[in-house]
Amino acid sequence: MTQEHRISLKNAGHINPAKIEDYIAADGYQALKKALGMPAEKIVYELTQSGLRGRGGAGFSTGLKKKFTSEASCILLECMRYIVCNADEGEPGTFKDRIIMEGDPHLYIEGMIIAAYAVGAEKGYIYIRGEYNQSIDMTRKALEQAEARGLLGDNILGSGYSLDIEVKPGGGSYLCGEELTLLESLEGKRGYPRIKPPYPAQKGLFGMPTLINNVETLSHIPAIILNGADWYKRIGTDQSPGTKIFTISGDVNNPGYFEADMGVTLKELIYDLAGGIKDRKKFKSALLGGAAGTFVPEAFLDASMAFESLQEKDTVMGSGAIIVMAEDKSILDMLHSILRFFEHESCGKCVPCRVGTRQLRILLEKLVTNGHTKSTNIDALLQQSEIMAKTSLCPLGQSPVLPIKSAVRHFREELQQS
Amino acid sequence: MRKTDILQKYPPLMENVLQILHDFQNNNPRNYLSEKDLAMIANYLNVTHSSIYGVVSYYTLFSLKPRGKHIIRICNSPVCHMAGSRDVLTALRKNLKIGFGETTVEGIFTLESTECIGQCDQAPGMSVDGAFYGNLTAKTILPILKSYQE
Repeated sequence: MTQEHRISLKNAGHINPAKIEDYIAADGYQALKKALGMPAEKIVYELTQSGLRGRGGAGFSTGLKKKFTSEASCILLECMRYIVCNADEGEPGTFKDRIIMEGDPHLYIEGMIIAAYAVGAEKGYIYIRGEYNQSIDMTRKALEQAEARGLLGDNILGSGYSLDIEVKPGGGSYLCGEELTLLESLEGKRGYPRIKPPYPAQKGLFGMPTLINNVETLSHIPAIILNGADWYKRIGTDQSPGTKIFTISGDVNNPGYFEADMGVTLKELIYDLAGGIKDRKKFKSALLGGAAGTFVPEAFLDASMAFESLQEKDTVMGSGAIIVMAEDKSILDMLHSILRFFEHESCGKCVPCRVGTRQLRILLEKLVTNGHTKSTNIDALLQQSEIMAKTSLCPLGQSPVLPIKSAVRHFREELQQS
Repeated sequence: MRKTDILQKYPPLMENVLQILHDFQNNNPRNYLSEKDLAMIANYLNVTHSSIYGVVSYYTLFSLKPRGKHIIRICNSPVCHMAGSRDVLTALRKNLKIGFGETTVEGIFTLESTECIGQCDQAPGMSVDGAFYGNLTAKTILPILKSYQE
């Protein structure tokens, strides 16, 4: 029986998240103390060595991100460096960051202070989606408590290093979870994506070098600093070290959040941890990574959940969302719900996505009505989503191809019959 | 709280606009932002009225129309959809006798839809004034509605 292995959720549910004393009693802020005694380069080196990859969805090396940000040359005399925590969790099926923010806010704040020190940031922002009231309240309270104890603010623990962190609520927009759009929103603008490059490490918030990390990613940093990169590397797989929070929803007996070693199989997650399929039904499919994710069939139950092994199978881990569908659920209906979602969330800045998300939804609806031309319609759907992926400005327009292509690849027959 | 007091809490920088908009809206018993509010905020931040309007009209949590005392937002995203949010929505509409974006005659509820609010293990779900309710059915919504009517 597969067991959970908790690093980023080690305290959640066990301590009172509103009390800093509880967090400190669980070895809290020990990593920060240790980090402040280390040269910044050593922290960047340690994080790079650990192999920690971003838990927001893309899986980029956390250490390298920090290296790029700390090395970004400052052309202006008054150069600021910023650290931004992406807490705009909005991918359907994903609620891992909320659990950390509500259950153990000091953990990710500690990780953020260490990361800020490593890149030399003087100012930090935590951008939390406006719908997450409790996460906003918990984080604000935790920041106040940390500051009152000298763990944040001027001259942290007498080290000479100062950092101010502020919480910024979002206004209700899925797209603002994309890092460059998030920066636009932080600056007080409409959530329109920026063209990349330049990447945030060179030109981020207010045009300054900016490190952006996800809540879950930051939550791994204290443990890595305390126990070392070698300890961390031994957990998980070669190319995806550590643990990952998987949020399992849909037709399972015990839906919820589970933290397990990278490389755990889909079957272990669904049957051992989430209690198997509801009402003794059979498994049909799982949508991995949320709306911007991929459908997988039963043959993928043995797949190892790690960035590289999923990529090899042409599927994605994304945010760690696993939406389970039992035998009686319709792929077409699910795909329709996904395409409606993208149509709603498209910002309208670039034409391929603004027009394309609507066209894809209409094309799919035609599958239900035009019996004899279904095969042609499916091909058109595929082709248009591929064109959209190539021509859209940001990840939103590049995403619908993922669920569409995987649904056609594994469930074409069902789509044709529906 | 007086509107000028809300503004004084924040330095007059555009980066504070979302927080100011939230505070203004939460402070309004009809849960919306008026033309006058936008003008006042634009003036305080020293930007054009249109740039404030541009921000407000982009984000789904803000309204430019007066709304009810309580805002119901039912999740419409794939997980809740799969778990039967449509039945819950039908029941809500029947009970409140309103459609999306509309407010009940006595001004108590406004019905809206939302995308995923991150409570997928309790799908289908909705929020009322930000408080979450999960595992909804056509039946379980009744006592929830009643608790806000009183």
